[in-house]
Order: sequence, then structure tokens, then C-alpha cells
Amino acid sequence: MLAETLLVARKDLRVEWRAKIALGQVAPLALLILVVLAFALDANSSLLELGAGGLYWVAVLYGGTLLIQRSFDVETDDGNMDAFRMSAIGAPSLFLGKSLALFVQIGLLELVLGSGIAVLYNVRVADWWLLLVAAAAGTVAFSVCGVLWGAMSAGLRVRATLLPLLLVPVLVPILLAGSRAFETALGVRADAGWTWASLMLVIAAVHTAIGFGAFGFLLEEG
Amino acid sequence: MSAVVEFEEVVAVAGSFPVLTGLDLRVDQGEVVLLRGENGAGKTSFLRACAGLISVSSGDAHVLGFDMRVDRRAPRRYIGLLGHENNLYRDLWVREHVEFRATAAGAAESDTDAALIRVGVSKKLWTVPIGSLSAGQRRKVAIASLVVGRPRLWLLDEPHASLDTESRENLDLILAEASQLGATIIFASHESPLTKGIASRVITMGGGRVLEDSGAS
Repeated sequence: MLAETLLVARKDLRVEWRAKIALGQVAPLALLILVVLAFALDANSSLLELGAGGLYWVAVLYGGTLLIQRSFDVETDDGNMDAFRMSAIGAPSLFLGKSLALFVQIGLLELVLGSGIAVLYNVRVADWWLLLVAAAAGTVAFSVCGVLWGAMSAGLRVRATLLPLLLVPVLVPILLAGSRAFETALGVRADAGWTWASLMLVIAAVHTAIGFGAFGFLLEEG
Repeated sequence: MSAVVEFEEVVAVAGSFPVLTGLDLRVDQGEVVLLRGENGAGKTSFLRACAGLISVSSGDAHVLGFDMRVDRRAPRRYIGLLGHENNLYRDLWVREHVEFRATAAGAAESDTDAALIRVGVSKKLWTVPIGSLSAGQRRKVAIASLVVGRPRLWLLDEPHASLDTESRENLDLILAEASQLGATIIFASHESPLTKGIASRVITMGGGRVLEDSGAS
């Protein structure tokens, strides 16, 4: 199963490497959102520092949703969904492979956005471990939720508008938990940051378990 | 000869529209079957039902010995399907795509080059993005992706579409070779005069059922 998972992930990453959508278009757009939010808050540096964690995760939510949509556009283009369903690769491997590829892409997006808030919002990190664990947990949760809901909407003609509509409410708990954990990691909130990071891991684990068991069914009926 | 496809009184529905309406058909191993009929006759639906992409509502359907009403995913690893679309990742290079399909089908990566050569995809195109190929070249890459998996059952919907004369003849040779090696081929085509020669049996469909069968006893 590991070989099949890596095969699917490698294919998705190769498609992205050739198309340069993630780093060439989505990351600059998400970065632009950080800039626009900075303008909207009138460069009030104390407010930006306080809200940096939340604004970061809003930008991740936006950019991540575009990446998830792109991940399934590739599979539905040119009738590829038929080949995806006909594939000899097991459904759990398809699920994990696509999730892994999205994890890498969203992770790269977060690196760009992390640099963005450091420069634009002048933040200082109080707890690096919490910051890294929360970012990793949030990225896993985003990826598995995205693949699960992407598969559900893949067969629909209105998926371009329906997927964000379905996905955003599911991603909001991750956004909230990520924001709280980041606020603690950035030292603007003396809260239980590790609890929020753990919540994201739980969300990721639950969606991974669902995806592992139900991805094949979703591909057939989606 | 053992039955590869065995449909009895099969009814299949797409949405609320019946696409197969009591289809009776048996196809044996090694046969090359040409499906013909007007648009909406049920040719594509029959091919998709054989691939398990359309569920069977009633009747008995077995493909490669698997009961399609119990598990329609089970025979897919032995089936190669080429539909109207080419099922290609446009951003990948030609060789990358076929290599991915080869590995996914459990074939050796080294089979990739042999399949591309067999289908007649020029070597200078192997490192070109699929999206920049012509329609005929993309069709050939799709066929190479099928050849590399060595399926036991080939389901082809208008496989000659977009191909030039030389490539059509080459595809006919590939299908004949596959059949001699024991594969079963079912293909739909509107170009009967050109494709009839390679078929060992011609079936005319209409209204989601068989109207005429040259192989019927």
C-alpha cells in the first residue's frame, strides 16, 4: 500500500510541478490576501500582531481550498475520473496518496504565508514547537478533509461552486483551532495552545479513518 | 471458450433514464466484437456497465466471472477502458503519463517504452506535455496507456477517432495481436465499413438492447 500511496502522491506532485499552479498562482494570491488584510486594518501594528494567527489561517483556508479544488479538477479533466475509478490502485492508497500530495502543497503554501506574516505583521514566535506542531496538524487536517470532500463533489457538474460551499464549514473548526494555537505560539494569548493543536490532530485522525474506509464508496457514488 | 461477459435481461438506469433495457449478450474469450447502432442505442452504456461504471438495476451480469451486482469494482483491474475522452493528465509529459499507468496496472516501468513504440508515438514526443499534442497524438498516448496494462478485456468506445489511416491500421493490428493472446475486445464504432474487417462478430444495438447479432446461433 505504501508503494501505491507514493505513486499517486508522486503523480499529483509532478502534475503540479509541471503546471506551477500552487507556487505560481495560489501562493502569490494568498500572500496578496495577507497584504490586503494589512491594508484593511490600516497598518495598525498592534492589531496585526494580535490577529496574525487568525489572519494566517484565513489565508491558508482560502489558498488551501483552491489547491483542493485543483487536485480534483486534474482528476475530472479529460474523463480522468473514469481512469481513477478503474485504477488497480486500492481506494485507501488513492485517498492517502492524494492527501500526501496536498499536504506537501499546502505545507509549501504555509511556508510562504509564514514568511509573509513574519515580514508584514512583525510577529515574534514565543513557542516554536507549538507553532510547528500546530501548523503540521492543521495541514494534515486540511489535506484529509479536502480529499474526502473533493471526492464527494468530484462527479458533480456544479463542483466549482459547491466544493467551497461544502468544504469551508468543515474547515472552520480547523481554522479556529489553528488560530488559537498560533496565538499562544506567538505569545499574544496565554491559552491552552497545545489543546487546540491536539484538537486538530483529532479532526485529522477522524477524517483519515473515514477516508480510509469510505473513499472507494465516495468515488463510486460521488 | 469461457464467457468473459455474460448479461441476461440486464436493466441499467442512468439518473431516471433506462439505458439498458433487458440486454441479453454473451461474449467469449478471444472474441473481437464490434458494437454498432444509432446514437443513444446503448453502446457506451453497455461498455460502461461491463466496466462497472454503471450499476445494474436488474438481471444477471457477470464480467470475467465476477458478479457485477455483488461487486462491480472487482473485475476492473483486468479491464482496459477507452472512452470518448482520453483520460490523460494534460500537464504530464507523455512518457510520465504512460509510466504512471503502467506502474498503477502492476506492469514493469520498462514496458512503457515498448508500448509507446508499439502504438507509434514518436520518441521526440515522449518528453512533451500531453496538453500540447494534437488530438490524434493524444489518442495514441491513451491507447499506449491501455496497451501497457495488458488487460484481459478491452472496452473501446470509438477507438479510431482522430487517428490517421496508418495509425488506424496499426491499432487494428494491436487489437488482433491482443485477441490472439487471449484478450477479449469489445468496441463501439460508427465507422463500420472500416472496422468490420477486424471484428469476429458484429452486434447491432438499439434502445438499450441487442437488435441483431452476427454470432447468434
